Amino acid sequence: MAILVDEITRVVVQGLTGREGRFHALRNRAYGTQVVAGVTPGKAGQDVEGIPVFDTVADAVAETAANTALIFVPPRFAVEAVYEAADAELRLIVCITEGIPVRDLARVTSYLRGRPTTLVGPNCPGVISPGKSNVGIIPGEICTPGRVGLVSRSGTLTYQIVHELTQRRIGQSTCVGVGGDPVHGIGFMGSLERFNDDPETGLVVLIGEIGGDDEERAASFIAEKMTKPVVGYIAGFTAPPGKRMGHAGAIITGSRGTAQAKAEALEAAGVKVGRTPSEVAQLVEGSLS
Amino acid sequence: MDLYEHQGKELFAKQGIPLVEGFVAGSGAEARRIAERLGGKVAVKAQVQIGGRGKGGGIALVGSAEEATAAATRMLSEGFRGTAVTRVLIEQLVDIDEQFYAAISLDRSAGAYLAIVSSDGGMDIEQIATERPAALRRATIDPLLGLHDYQVRYLVGHLPAGAKEGSADVLRRMYDVIEQNDATLVEINPLALLTDGLVVALDAKVTIDDNALWRHPETEALASAFPIDPVELRAREAGLQYVKLDGEVGIIGNGAGLVMSTLDVVQLAGARAANFLDVGGGASAEVMTTSLEVILSDPSVRSVLVNIFGGITRCDVVAEGILGALERVTPTVQIVVRLDGTNAVEGRAILARADSPRIVPAESMLEAAHKAAELAGAAA
Repeated sequence: MAILVDEITRVVVQGLTGREGRFHALRNRAYGTQVVAGVTPGKAGQDVEGIPVFDTVADAVAETAANTALIFVPPRFAVEAVYEAADAELRLIVCITEGIPVRDLARVTSYLRGRPTTLVGPNCPGVISPGKSNVGIIPGEICTPGRVGLVSRSGTLTYQIVHELTQRRIGQSTCVGVGGDPVHGIGFMGSLERFNDDPETGLVVLIGEIGGDDEERAASFIAEKMTKPVVGYIAGFTAPPGKRMGHAGAIITGSRGTAQAKAEALEAAGVKVGRTPSEVAQLVEGSLS
Repeated sequence: MDLYEHQGKELFAKQGIPLVEGFVAGSGAEARRIAERLGGKVAVKAQVQIGGRGKGGGIALVGSAEEATAAATRMLSEGFRGTAVTRVLIEQLVDIDEQFYAAISLDRSAGAYLAIVSSDGGMDIEQIATERPAALRRATIDPLLGLHDYQVRYLVGHLPAGAKEGSADVLRRMYDVIEQNDATLVEINPLALLTDGLVVALDAKVTIDDNALWRHPETEALASAFPIDPVELRAREAGLQYVKLDGEVGIIGNGAGLVMSTLDVVQLAGARAANFLDVGGGASAEVMTTSLEVILSDPSVRSVLVNIFGGITRCDVVAEGILGALERVTPTVQIVVRLDGTNAVEGRAILARADSPRIVPAESMLEAAHKAAELAGAAA
């Protein structure tokens, strides 16, 4: 089980022949992920260390039965890559690219509504189900298989918390990076829903940050539907309003989107919220014992 | 990127949104010439990106060119609420019959645009929403479909009869501003019905999506009008994600979430961060060196905390970058370094071999934050 990616995941990497695409595709394959194809327009017939390259996603799917797309295409062309993967009816698209205009994202997420494809990202580190499959840029070696599901808007902060869990010998079922952009594919709610239904997940860690109201909406979902314990963390208590803190989506607008409000909403839904990454790991340890 | 009122109004003018005649002045003399040309009865408006201009003295309604000159000179020399004012907008005074509010903004959770029209205007919209919710009408715009006519009719349906047509026209053009400029916010407060029946935008608040600026080089060029902190400018030129804060511990980390978390942990340790600086993924030694130079050039920094969790970023490369910076600048403060993740063992070994009195190694993020806070306190 696990969620989103597992042993049956077959990945086509859009942008495989680029520097980033190549580096991470090979790392994913070395982890044990089935990386079956790459797509770079005009480079059909080539290969990257044995991974065949095609001109289009449709060709790649026809030849290799890929079911998941991993996108490393530059921001000007990345949304086109998402449409292409969606039209090839892949079940999952993981888009790593940072810097896509938000109007393009609003349009593509509207296009995906009602379709069988799930988008993860963009501006995200990807998804890993430790021991099964790694689709993206999360360093596989810091993860270990287990029963904790993680969902996060941030990359390295997730690594930090996974690292603290692994140090305490607490393994993970799946880690999902939903990305740092204001408009994105799967969010906290979609991930929590899947973790709730996943028999291999016993507890979920939700890692949020300032900006938007994803955490508040997740809190309502947790209060109403979630049957498994959730431990939370919010970054940005000391962030000033009106300043974009690295991520395009990490900005407090007026009095909305503060870390304080998010932590309070989660706590009101019964979530234990850690003040530091270490405290999150301690809370998880306490909840599991 | 938030635009100034006069910049937003330039975009409005291109899209045909009716405005009051006005010009920008950078001095009292310029203000006088403009006010004379406009007949003396003008509004003088400080160009700042802070709300509350009306109540705080940032807008002066005057009856003569002399008064306009005095108001402009005062705003340009005194600034507004601690912010420097480099330009004022001088606009012809008009006779207002009624004031409304209109906005279209990105609704990030819906992944769509949200249009709001209020039959009350000229005041804070959040206040209207709480006190007079019936004054507001909302419509969600699917970005694939655009603004439908029925939505426009609904949005202006509660406005006075004489204002409906003009407001509907403004709304359609506001959506054009959104689409053609990749704006995430277009707000007009107030949108005014004048006694002569015209509906005009008296104010303009426009935010442009930073990620889309490559599609709008002419808009990107407007940013040169913004005042900027010199350290911030240096960081921007080096391509670093940097935000100046008002504490004393300089922060360098990789990844926005981890850096935000580092700022919070430093606060829990009893100090305050002097900045947010994200070197991004896969930082080179050169990027690390530049980052450290940027941080050390900030006079308020009393200690530095480098917090790296290597994924794509390699800790040995980070360590080389730190040593590179020490060759180029001689810091007067201590640099606490925490390295974990990819090649952390190699990175720590490189720093240990260098044996610099300026570098303080730390085993964990918490320990690093406490050390940096202590050192900043001791240096105070």
